[in-house]
Amino acid sequence: MSAGVVETTRRRESARARAVATALLVAAIAMFALTLSYGDFQISLPDVVRSLLGQPTPPGVDYIMHDLRLPRASVSVLAGLAFGLAGAIFQQLLRNPLASPDVIGVSQGATTAAVVAVLVLGVEGGIVAAVALAGALVTALVIYALSWRKGVGGYRFILVGIGIGTVLTSITSYILTRSDVKVAAEAMIWLTGSVSGRTWPQIVPLAVAVLILAPMALTLGRVLTGMQLGDDLATAFGVRVQRSRFALLITAVGLAGMATSAAGPIAFVAFMSGPIAVRLVGGGRPVLIQAALVGALLVLVSDFIGSHLLGSRQFPVGVVTGVIGAPYLLWLLATANRSGRGG
Amino acid sequence: MLTAGLVVIAAALAGAALLSLAVGARDVPFGTVLHALVNPDPDSTEHLIITQSRLPRTIVGLLAGAAFGLAGAVIQGVTRNPLADPGILGVNAGAGLFIVVAISLLGITNLTGYVWFGFLGAAITSVLVYTVGSIGRGGATPVKLALAGAAVTAALTSFTTAVLITDVDAFDQFRFWQVGSLAGRGTDIAVQSLPFLVVGALLAFYSARALNALALGDDVATSFGQNVLVARLIAAGAVVLLCGTATSMAGPLVFIGLVIPHIARSITGPDHRWLLPYSMLLAPLLLLIADVIGRVVARPGEVQVGIVTAIIGAPIFVALARRERLAEL
Repeated sequence: MSAGVVETTRRRESARARAVATALLVAAIAMFALTLSYGDFQISLPDVVRSLLGQPTPPGVDYIMHDLRLPRASVSVLAGLAFGLAGAIFQQLLRNPLASPDVIGVSQGATTAAVVAVLVLGVEGGIVAAVALAGALVTALVIYALSWRKGVGGYRFILVGIGIGTVLTSITSYILTRSDVKVAAEAMIWLTGSVSGRTWPQIVPLAVAVLILAPMALTLGRVLTGMQLGDDLATAFGVRVQRSRFALLITAVGLAGMATSAAGPIAFVAFMSGPIAVRLVGGGRPVLIQAALVGALLVLVSDFIGSHLLGSRQFPVGVVTGVIGAPYLLWLLATANRSGRGG
Repeated sequence: MLTAGLVVIAAALAGAALLSLAVGARDVPFGTVLHALVNPDPDSTEHLIITQSRLPRTIVGLLAGAAFGLAGAVIQGVTRNPLADPGILGVNAGAGLFIVVAISLLGITNLTGYVWFGFLGAAITSVLVYTVGSIGRGGATPVKLALAGAAVTAALTSFTTAVLITDVDAFDQFRFWQVGSLAGRGTDIAVQSLPFLVVGALLAFYSARALNALALGDDVATSFGQNVLVARLIAAGAVVLLCGTATSMAGPLVFIGLVIPHIARSITGPDHRWLLPYSMLLAPLLLLIADVIGRVVARPGEVQVGIVTAIIGAPIFVALARRERLAEL
């Protein structure tokens, strides 16, 4: 009898998880199409599809599609997916909603490296992206090494990460106060996150990374269900805790670092996507796919608002993500979970 | 044993305060410092430096440090989250946004003017965070509070960035507040802040026993006769007053509020009746030492205290985090 109830509940939960994922996917595709079609120069949806398929289109459409809108929409989707996935992995692996890469120092590693490269060393172009990625990876490895003590405990990792992140933030603030105000103001736009004016050479590495790392993360993510029980129980169930944790973390750092190097640390996407997905799905199961899709949708919607709906001035996407994502998360916090888990 | 520890820390704090008066772009002998405090001579440059510049700065450091330390210990107790810093109630984001608005839209350009906007923003935001965090099932549970705080911070920070991107002059002012500094603060700021800090500290110490009960979980706390809702509300009120005031005085130096309670807990254990006074004395100690170091390393200029606290605080924090006991809360 009770086994039947458990079975029914489980089936209902996974049906809901699938429904949420499907709805998010549809919404993200619709937003992607809208981003390609809408602008000062309207492109009809049939023309969008024709241009994507390489068929003949009215004059100007191919240029706007391939050189302006498609890069922008692609980097939005890819960075959103990567940040959402990375954030959810961190939060679920470390069992703390505050433990996203933008809170525990990984994103700060990327930004500090980039700020030093641009404002102190005067580097430009693609090298900045490489430096940012290296910054994220080195920071993550330093945090991992410093928190190693017969294994890496969840809280220890987060605390060490916050400590390292604070130092990095301070270094960034210090450099900003020492630089010319115009240069510092430009740096702040990158620090907030922006997807405008990206070129294919900047996007392709991110695309490759997402294609390789996202399936890896989802496969490795299966162990999360076991790990959420706690290290001891997970070990008892045969999950190789340390090795799986390390592999997942490195995958997540790779995703966050690549996304940061392409679009800047788009504010709060990594932090918010996971909790939003958890509340949409309910039931306390790992929600990596849903979190990734929430991330993509959040970046697409935010960039659309930032570039079309705020008057004559265009705002970088990172300015908007917090404004629309956070109230939505608050609303979910207040309402969506009344029947589910209290936390 | 713990009492003796408090006395030692208080003595060290007095020493740090004396150092903060004596050391700077121009070093002043300790004898002259004492003389300037007891019997100031308006014609002596050294006396003027001490009474007009270093004394207010040291007082602001003492007050802000104590407030951050106390607020940090209380907020970690209320949210039962060792990662919670006093900024989790949205205090920094609220203060930051209001200060930016004051600078950019109202054209206020001096610190004494926008300190009050900072305080107002901190207060409004933390009430908002607490309200949103309490809606729905179970009231203000630790996870909901932490998420609500981080989410409100995200939203307000985005607004702040939006203003800063469109207004380079406001950004120019704001970047110096945001770093966190004690330089240029006058006695008037300290005097006007004092009532808020005193009330906040009283509320914090009053909550100590309740925080001990809350640490055992809401159900156990209730069975001990503790009204969980009221206890959380009082403690949150203390954090708002302490952290809001300190942030508007010295900028967002939350790292102190995060780190110091962990250091204090490693000495006192989890009992808030000891944890709170230790945090209150250790935090200004770290802040004043950091401020003195910041004045020495880049003479005749100085490095803002926010940067120094991060650079000397982080290694201590990391070392502590590696100890087993810290992870438990």
